[in-house]
Parts: sequence; structure tokens; C-alpha cells
Amino acid sequence: MDNHFEMGLDELRQKLLTMASHAETAVNQSVQSLMQRNRDLAVRVRADDDLIDKFEIEIDEMAILLLTKAPLASNLRLVTVAMKISQNLERIGDEATKIAKRSRDLAQEPPVKINLDLPRMATLALAMVKDSLDSFVQRDSVAARAIIPRDKEVDALNKQVHGILAQHMMENPDTIGRCLHWIVAAKSLERIADHAKNIAEEVVYLCEAQDIRHTMKADGTRTA
Amino acid sequence: MQSPATHNSISASVPALVVRNLSVFFGDRAAVKNVSLDVKAKAVTAIIGPSGCGKSTFLRALNRMHELNPEARMEGEIKLFGDDIYSRNVEPVVVRRRVGMVFQKSNPFPTMTISENVTVGLRLNGIRDKKILNERTEESLRMSALWDEVKDRLHAPAISLSGGQQQRLCIARALAVQPEVLLMDEPASALDPLATSKIEDLILQLKKDYTIVIVTHNMQQAARVSDYTAFFYIGELVEFDTTKKIFTSPSKKQTEDYVTGRFG
Repeated sequence: MDNHFEMGLDELRQKLLTMASHAETAVNQSVQSLMQRNRDLAVRVRADDDLIDKFEIEIDEMAILLLTKAPLASNLRLVTVAMKISQNLERIGDEATKIAKRSRDLAQEPPVKINLDLPRMATLALAMVKDSLDSFVQRDSVAARAIIPRDKEVDALNKQVHGILAQHMMENPDTIGRCLHWIVAAKSLERIADHAKNIAEEVVYLCEAQDIRHTMKADGTRTA
Repeated sequence: MQSPATHNSISASVPALVVRNLSVFFGDRAAVKNVSLDVKAKAVTAIIGPSGCGKSTFLRALNRMHELNPEARMEGEIKLFGDDIYSRNVEPVVVRRRVGMVFQKSNPFPTMTISENVTVGLRLNGIRDKKILNERTEESLRMSALWDEVKDRLHAPAISLSGGQQQRLCIARALAVQPEVLLMDEPASALDPLATSKIEDLILQLKKDYTIVIVTHNMQQAARVSDYTAFFYIGELVEFDTTKKIFTSPSKKQTEDYVTGRFG
């Protein structure tokens, strides 16, 4: 006999994974549009964001209904974690949209001749998103914990990009407008990594019933 | 009255039961007061409310079971797929065949075997053909998700089964006469969580073919198994809506207070 509650949980998981794949695609495409100065792709990312927003609402609705059925222990954690992960995915979608918007504007202006490590930032942030979702699927808290310190690397790159752009703006005031677009895009990548870290922390809670938010040092160990 | 075999062809959008202005009295006391609602076919309708609110009486009125109490009388109308079940020319026993019931406490016939319990209703209706009886036994036990557990001991006494299995046997017994509606009066309240979960999964399976009305004290159970929920209080129907609405945003304050455990 099928366990109907488990089937409900499975539907929730599937929906969350579909949403995740849309969010990942949005980030991928927004970065691609930025690097390739592809205005059409940027416009598409913005249009697809509505879909991700809709997923967040649907997942919340499914979760609320599952909560009325009084799940307990790991089932209870799964439902609440799903709501939080979907919120983080929705924000990842928003950041992708911000990148796409900057990319659309930058594509209409001449390129800034400057060497930024944005592709590396994007690669790191995207890998964090992917790995955090894999850790959710595998229910692997060891893998989830390993993601958390990687956020610092993205933060450091963002700081570096910020410094290079500030310097460039001082030396080339005519590029300030374009450089500001790049600063916002880099900040969005940094935020995407933050959301991936949040997802990883939720996976640890899901697997271990331990709330590790605001307690981890940069090396992934716990604060005293 | 329409033959029981035809109910599966009826569209799910047609109400299985239409209750209009139903009141049930025991002597002078009204246990159910002027209740009207439609029970949707091939769906689960839960009846909730504090003890003494009339929910079991309401359930029993749906197959004239309350008439077993000589002081009971009813007013109003109940139609089962269009047929007035209180019409003068309708025998209560025919109504009860079309509207089966499962009780809070499992009540298999203690002197009968598992298979005899399943087929007792059929045999009382004059069916003697062994092939039919065997087929119906397997079919009913499969539908009540008990077949795999008992297929090798069909001739063992029914009371050798566990509490949860006995309750599923009672469901199989009710299904064997091929009812159109299944009434369940707190079918899992005496069972442990695992047996309860099996009954709940069974209810969700059965609604593909049957219309189910369940009385439960367990709000989460109502949320887990039902599509519609009716909240009764002191004999009155306070609110009737989709289960989703009743448990996430009920319209009446009394319902909100009851489902959140503030009274009752």
C-alpha cells in the first residue's frame, strides 16, 4: 500500500528540484549574457523569473498543506526546510535577474577594457548552488558542511573585483556608469553564493536536526 | 432504488448524498439540528467536532443506523444518488447494503474465520456460489490491503488478527457487499500509529472507487485523509468546506477555535 504522506513529500521534493533547475539555468544564462554581451539572453532571463516566483508560491502552498497533516521529526524538518530552500532559490532567481538587467544595459554600451575575475566568481557561485542542491538530494550533511567555507572565497573575489573597479573608475571617470553595472553584477554573484550557503545550512538542519546558522567560522568549524 | 453495481459509472461531480434540513431527535432532545450538506462522490468527507456535537448521530442517520434506537426519529431528507433513503417503500437493510459502516472498535464475528467474516453479508443475502464467495473474499481483502497478510490463513479465526488487521477485516467485510458509500466512525482511534497510518492510506486508496464519510476526533487525520470537512457543534453544522480551507483559513471563529484546540 502506498504511503500517501510520503507521496506528498516526494511531490514537494520534485517541485523544489524543478524550481532549483530553473534557478540554476537563470544564473547560468545571466552570466552568459553578461560575458557574451548577449542582450536577447538577458531579456529572456528576466522573463523567466516570473516562473521561479510562481514555484515559490506553489511550494509554500504545498508545504502549508503538508504541515496541516502534522508531520513529525525528519518529515517536519523536510517541509520547513523546503520552504526555506525555495525562498533562497527565489532570491537566487532575483539576483540572476539583476545580473541580466545590468548585462542588457552593458550590451548597449562599448565594452570596458578591464580584466575582472567575474567568470571565476560565477563558476564558484554556481558550483556552490549545484553542490548545495546535490547535498539536499543526497541528504549528505558532510557535503553540505563542506560548502559553507567556500562562500568566503567568493566574498574575497567580490572584494577584489570591487577594488579593481573602484581604481578603474578613479582613473577613467567616463566608465563610471558601466563600472557600476559590473559592481552590481559582482555583488549579485556574491549574494548567490550566500544563498547557496544558506541552502547548505538548511541541509545540515534537515539531516542532523542541528541549527548551524550564524555559528560557523570561515573554516567550517563551529564557533565556541 | 438503483442497483448498487451501477454507482461506479456515476460522475464524480454528482453528490453521492444530498442531506436537506436533517434533524435527529432522541425523545425530545435534538442531537442533530437542521443540517444540510452535499457529500461529494468518490471523495472523503470528514466530520469533526467535540464529543456530543452530533457527528456520530449524523453519520448513523446516513444509513438509518440510528433507527436501532427506538427513541430516535428524524426530520428532513437524505438522498443517495437521487433516491430518498427514508421513503416508505425503502427497507433499512437495503440502505445499509448501499451505505456500509465501519465502527470505532473493530467488531469481527469472533466465532467466524477470516474468510467467513468477509462473506457474511453476501451469505445473508443468499449468495452460496463458492466461486463468487472466494472471488469476493480476495477482492475485498485486496481492497482493504489485508490480502497479503492473511491469504495463507483465510480459515484462521478472525480474532487471531491484530487490532489494526481486525479493523481492515471489518472494512473488507463492509466492501464485500459492494456498497456505494462507506461510513467510518473513528475507525483508527483505537489503533497505534502504524496501524492508523495503514487505515489512512487505505482510505485514500478506497476513495478512487467509493464515497467515504469519516467521523474523527483527530484533526490531523481529517487533514491527512479528507477532501471536505464539516465542523459540527451542539448538533449544528457550523462550517462545511474543503479541508484545505477548514484547516488553513476557516470562515467561522468557532471553527478556528476548535481546530486550533482552544475549545472542545
